[in-house]
Amino acid sequence: MFVYLDNSSTTRQHDCVTDLMVKMMREDFGNPSSLHRMGVTAEKALKSARKQTALSLGVGENEIYFTSGGTEGDNTAVFGAWEAGKRAGKKILTSAVEHPAVLEACRRLERLGAQVVYLGVDREGRIDLQQLKDELTEDVILITVMHVNNELGTVQPLEEIGKLKREAEKRWGTRILFHTDAVQSYGKGPVETDRWGVDMLSVSGHKIHGPKGIGALYIRSGVHMPSLVWGGGQEKGFRSGTENMPAIAGLGLAAEITAEGREERIARLRELKARLLSGIEDSLPDVRVNSPLGEDCSPSILNVSFSGCRGEVLLHMLEQKDIYVSTGSACSSHKKGSHVLSAVRLPDEAIEGAVRFSLSEYNTEEQIDFAVKELAAAVESQRKLRSAFGKKKR
Amino acid sequence: MTEERNTYIVRCGEVALKGQNKPYFERMLVERIKKVLKKFEGIEVKRVEGLIFVKTPADLSKDLVLKNVGRVFGVDSISPAVEIDISEGDAEAILDRIGRAAVEYMQKLIEEKGVKTFKIDAKRANKQFPVESPQIGRIIGAKVLIGCKVLSVDVHHPDCVLFVSVRRGLAYVYEQKVAGFGGLPLGTNGKGLVLLSGGIDSPVAAFMMAKRGMWIDAVHFHSYPYTSDRAWEKVQDLAKIVSQYCGRIRIHSINLLPIQEEIVRNCPEEETTILVRRFMMKIAERVAKETDCLMLITGENLGQVASQTAEALVVTDAAVQMPVMRPLIAMDKVDIMKIAREIDTYETSILPYEDCCTVFLPKHPATKPKLQRILESESRLDCETLIGAALENRETVTIYPED
Repeated sequence: MFVYLDNSSTTRQHDCVTDLMVKMMREDFGNPSSLHRMGVTAEKALKSARKQTALSLGVGENEIYFTSGGTEGDNTAVFGAWEAGKRAGKKILTSAVEHPAVLEACRRLERLGAQVVYLGVDREGRIDLQQLKDELTEDVILITVMHVNNELGTVQPLEEIGKLKREAEKRWGTRILFHTDAVQSYGKGPVETDRWGVDMLSVSGHKIHGPKGIGALYIRSGVHMPSLVWGGGQEKGFRSGTENMPAIAGLGLAAEITAEGREERIARLRELKARLLSGIEDSLPDVRVNSPLGEDCSPSILNVSFSGCRGEVLLHMLEQKDIYVSTGSACSSHKKGSHVLSAVRLPDEAIEGAVRFSLSEYNTEEQIDFAVKELAAAVESQRKLRSAFGKKKR
Repeated sequence: MTEERNTYIVRCGEVALKGQNKPYFERMLVERIKKVLKKFEGIEVKRVEGLIFVKTPADLSKDLVLKNVGRVFGVDSISPAVEIDISEGDAEAILDRIGRAAVEYMQKLIEEKGVKTFKIDAKRANKQFPVESPQIGRIIGAKVLIGCKVLSVDVHHPDCVLFVSVRRGLAYVYEQKVAGFGGLPLGTNGKGLVLLSGGIDSPVAAFMMAKRGMWIDAVHFHSYPYTSDRAWEKVQDLAKIVSQYCGRIRIHSINLLPIQEEIVRNCPEEETTILVRRFMMKIAERVAKETDCLMLITGENLGQVASQTAEALVVTDAAVQMPVMRPLIAMDKVDIMKIAREIDTYETSILPYEDCCTVFLPKHPATKPKLQRILESESRLDCETLIGAALENRETVTIYPED
């Protein structure tokens, strides 16, 4: 049985999205900037995709800018906020558990003279609001905190962050931009830009069964962001370059689907996740759930450590059964260890034994049960071998 | 000069030192050169009095020819040269002709590289030619000075040494000598089986043996799912690079996990590594016999890790009857790394995927194992069955050099 439980890395593209993209490539391949009919058709598709994406985020069409994905959205927000605000102040607040697309951008800015504070997190990965409050000094120009953590599923208190931000703005009479990376929560949680008070929000297509290489950056209307890409003036001059129309249309459709069934999807994912969790806990001793157990966790992400095991070995053992999971996030598994699991002060053994399961609407109860069964067998065989190792003496 | 052809002089290294077998080695070398140039049209490779001459169409890039021929083992050096027909005319006329070619050649060098000083190194291979080498040098030098007014002679530190070679019927002028790897032509020394791990050492060991004329096959051990499929991809990438020099390589990939599990269950922890090494050697020997490999090749290096101490090597070596070649045994790591960089395997070798040796790494491996005790531990295992099963489940792929 094919069981894909790595949906936080990427998802299976909806077939209707694929079909639409193929049609765009074969037939409606015009350039939206062309004056002829082909161009008009493409422009219409562009408009409609923008509308679908805006609706899915509950924002205005004029506030959507298409990007190449989450990384570009995050980079654009961080570097743009720096360019726009560096004369007013040089301090940036972010968290220790951000995606590398934000962390590495911040590190780059540190070399350019920014003062970056990486806010600490509690044992479940939630940022320290008191520290945030203390660090909100006069010279802060940007807060960038992700909505849902990609490795643990932890939901950050964006609304509280927004409140503290507004208080600080009032107190100092300054302007602080607030960006959130919502790549992991898109389609699996509410998007409330106004209640949170975010000025920028980045999402990605391939996490919602859309195409790879496409994403969107929401920029609140009235917020001025300098452009990082110059050329033919597409995307209102904000991001030049001929639009990636098949991907944009694919993103639009995926966004529409993700918005339509969101509540049912969240309920469904919660059910599947609960089944997975109880299945694991019922069949195996010595497991440690690293994801928060309450409501403030993504319904699709479950991170668990199996003592006496190596996550990567479990991954390969499950892959032999056609079950696909992840250790750390796909983007950081090139590097040693996980900065997120280190930040929540997980002991080394638990970091080594951590596995991330991430669900999608394509998963079924049967798949979950099958995965639990195979997982239990893999964990047991590994534990048995590990305990035999070193016992034998002369 | 007669038609649009480029000429390259290829010097054989050690092949030239061979006695009665010299024609055989030279023939093999010509075959190898033909083989690496097969992908191009209109190539001619000829052996004349101890040298090999390669002729190519004039529009074939020089760099491409030098790169390809430079990788052929047995080639000492290569020089792109200008060929001059000297089959007719008296000595004076011939030297005139060579002089004109030399002037033309130098003019190009002045233009391209801004050469200001030069010296002539002339050699009369054809002793029937009435003018002796030093005299040829002086005459051609004078002609170049007259023909290229910007040049002056500097016999100690010239920008360019212009070689003039007078042979029977033909003369050559050239400047560059591009070094090859030396060694002996592939196929002159049978076939060996290298234990290819994916680390820095084993590809270098394979390269060094191939350089002595040995065809290479490989056996790779992994512990999937305790190791990643990426490690296997990496080994194939390494083999691809090595195959640029060694030609086609067959890799037998063998899963050691069942054997490692048995060892863990039945034998002392500190002996795990050495026992696994012995199994690797035994399995390799079986593969080698099946595939007509005459010997095993490892990247072992004295003292590098616990399994490569003198005592450990004695125990490992005793696992097989077949000779085991360890070309890196006395080299320092930095020198091995230098070769790895030279042959372009280094960057791939250091990619951080777990190889099978780091799984089940004992806390304190036995560094001075005694053969008797190891044999005793081994006797608790059903070696024959384990080895048979490992061989049965192997995966074999053939890696071809890229064009």
